[in-house]
Amino acid sequence: MNEETKNTVDIDEALYRPIYETGKSFYFAVGFLLFIIGFTLVVYIRQVYYGLGVTGMNQPVTWGFYIVNFVFFVGISHAGTLISAILRLSKAEWRRPITRMAEVITAIVLAIGGLHPIIDLGRPDRVLNIFTAGRLQSPLLWDVTSITAYFTASTVYLYLPMIPDIAKLRDRGGKMVWFYEFLSWGWHGTEHQKKVLSRAINILMVMVIPIAISVHTVISYIFSMTLQPGWHSTIFGPYFVVGAIFSGIAALMIVMISFRKYFHLENYLKLVHFRHLGTLLLIMSLLWFYFTFSEYLTGVFGAEPHEMDVIFYKFTGTYAIFFWGMVVCNFLIPVVILAFKKFKTIPGILIASISVVIGMWLERLNIVIPSLANPRMGLDMGMYIPSFTEWTLFIGGLAVFVLGFLVFSKFFPIISIWEIEEGRKESVKEVEKRVTSYLPDPANSVE
Amino acid sequence: MPKWAMAIDLDKCTGCGDCMAACKLENNVAIVDAEQAADDRVMLWMDMMTIYEGEYPNIKLKRIPKPCFHCDNPPCIKVCPVHATYKNEEGLVAQIYNRCIGCRYCMAACPYTAKVFNWYEPEWADEFKTCMNPDVSLRMKGVVEKCSFCAHRLQKVKENARADDREISDGEYSPACADSCPAEAIFFGDLENKESKVFKLSNSPRAFRELEDLGTIPKVFYLSEKE
Repeated sequence: MNEETKNTVDIDEALYRPIYETGKSFYFAVGFLLFIIGFTLVVYIRQVYYGLGVTGMNQPVTWGFYIVNFVFFVGISHAGTLISAILRLSKAEWRRPITRMAEVITAIVLAIGGLHPIIDLGRPDRVLNIFTAGRLQSPLLWDVTSITAYFTASTVYLYLPMIPDIAKLRDRGGKMVWFYEFLSWGWHGTEHQKKVLSRAINILMVMVIPIAISVHTVISYIFSMTLQPGWHSTIFGPYFVVGAIFSGIAALMIVMISFRKYFHLENYLKLVHFRHLGTLLLIMSLLWFYFTFSEYLTGVFGAEPHEMDVIFYKFTGTYAIFFWGMVVCNFLIPVVILAFKKFKTIPGILIASISVVIGMWLERLNIVIPSLANPRMGLDMGMYIPSFTEWTLFIGGLAVFVLGFLVFSKFFPIISIWEIEEGRKESVKEVEKRVTSYLPDPANSVE
Repeated sequence: MPKWAMAIDLDKCTGCGDCMAACKLENNVAIVDAEQAADDRVMLWMDMMTIYEGEYPNIKLKRIPKPCFHCDNPPCIKVCPVHATYKNEEGLVAQIYNRCIGCRYCMAACPYTAKVFNWYEPEWADEFKTCMNPDVSLRMKGVVEKCSFCAHRLQKVKENARADDREISDGEYSPACADSCPAEAIFFGDLENKESKVFKLSNSPRAFRELEDLGTIPKVFYLSEKE
């Protein structure tokens, strides 16, 4: 190892530390999470054995927590790839410590979310019928297609920018060199390799944006393609996408704040990063309110009786507490916190983010259940109370998310080291050049 | 091709519920226990809507039998991911129990909430097990089922007609609910046959269909003087 690499290693030592130093609390946390996941597995096997009767679903509320959480988790997964792609594309220099974490969220949460429709099946043993007897006309098949595409694209998009970092870990030696050797794909940082990598990232980040948007649009189509009141709405596609990015940014900031605290990354994740993301969150909150307002105003103004049944169920009926809770969590709390610089501190942003994540979960609940609970025909109003099984599987899903992150952070740096280095070395000059190019040229040089 | 349809005369219907019982027995529909029933998991292919109108003491009670409407443009078959529910060439909306993956998308998409789900492995009391209808296959847990217009009866009628080399006559094919109705309020037949009773009733000024504005074109007609 020559002198120069040793120096750079020392500068970013904080980023390597979580990989090589494992405390007792880590094993305790992993054990605890594995226990929850094991228990969840038992509960799920019990569901497969007895049938979906162990859930709280019934007729007419034929969909419950599983579909709510499916939409919610896939929404969170938009944090990652979409945000990091947009930030990379717009050359936002403050993205550098954020992108990796965002992409990890996508990969983990999408895997969890994508499993939910299978958990929801009455006959999970027949899931492969989707391939042998699939009907492409069904919105569920559109979902399978776009989620698979998104999962593929986002895991590749997570992996490619990790290659130089994996090579760094390989060169450091120590634990599991063969593993890093294999994953680093012979990266030596030559000029040619750098060019190829940056091209590949550029192509992927452009590709990933339409795929990400298609995913949540298609999920909204599951609902809006039916004729049910409260679902059959053209605004649902963009409404879901906005909600997805909204909850994604919030989840990203929660993850960032936790890692900053436990891995002591204050030097990398500074207040300015949170302020920038906070501004994005504020914009999304306003956009979300605009969409929600439009959606309900058209419903109330038209006052179609069946539509009104659903709306009253949300405004003043059984779901009033969830509906108004959603408005408070998604709009009032984040706007008040994020609009004033005084509150826009790290604890403030954490509160706003947690509130948005809860609010967006409530939004999914508000979309799925009330429409089913108010069938058009002169039937009784349905009632849905999630069972122990459904709660367990929800908590199990969250446990998989946390465990996924913990394990990832033990093997790979959660902040892209080479991108930070690149930022230090090149981007100051580059940005100066870019800004100069925006400025008017000296008068005499214009042809 | 025939187009099988049903007409239910609500002015004749007494709301006795005989059609519901006949349907359950005919089609081997599972009988859920009281606890499950309280959780809204009753399995009825022929349901009975009970609608209360007005306020005490001037309450009007409506009882309306509700089978699957076998829509000509069924919202349920459009959303099925595996072709487990489909419209056959005679216009019957059928279910393939062995293919259904149990996603319940068709139940969510049906505006009439006509479908039911096997939340548990279907069960019957011992007394019932000796008198199952051998013509109707049993379902398993985790699949969706619904009224089939007693399609197994159509099968028999067709075979008889083919053996005798003749057309199916009006009233020959009739589901269990229509057969059992003590008030003779349920009629069944072919809409394409302009001589059939059902065709005539469907053109009666008393005839209406549920939620016609959705464009699903149900093949169950209701007849009533009052709206």
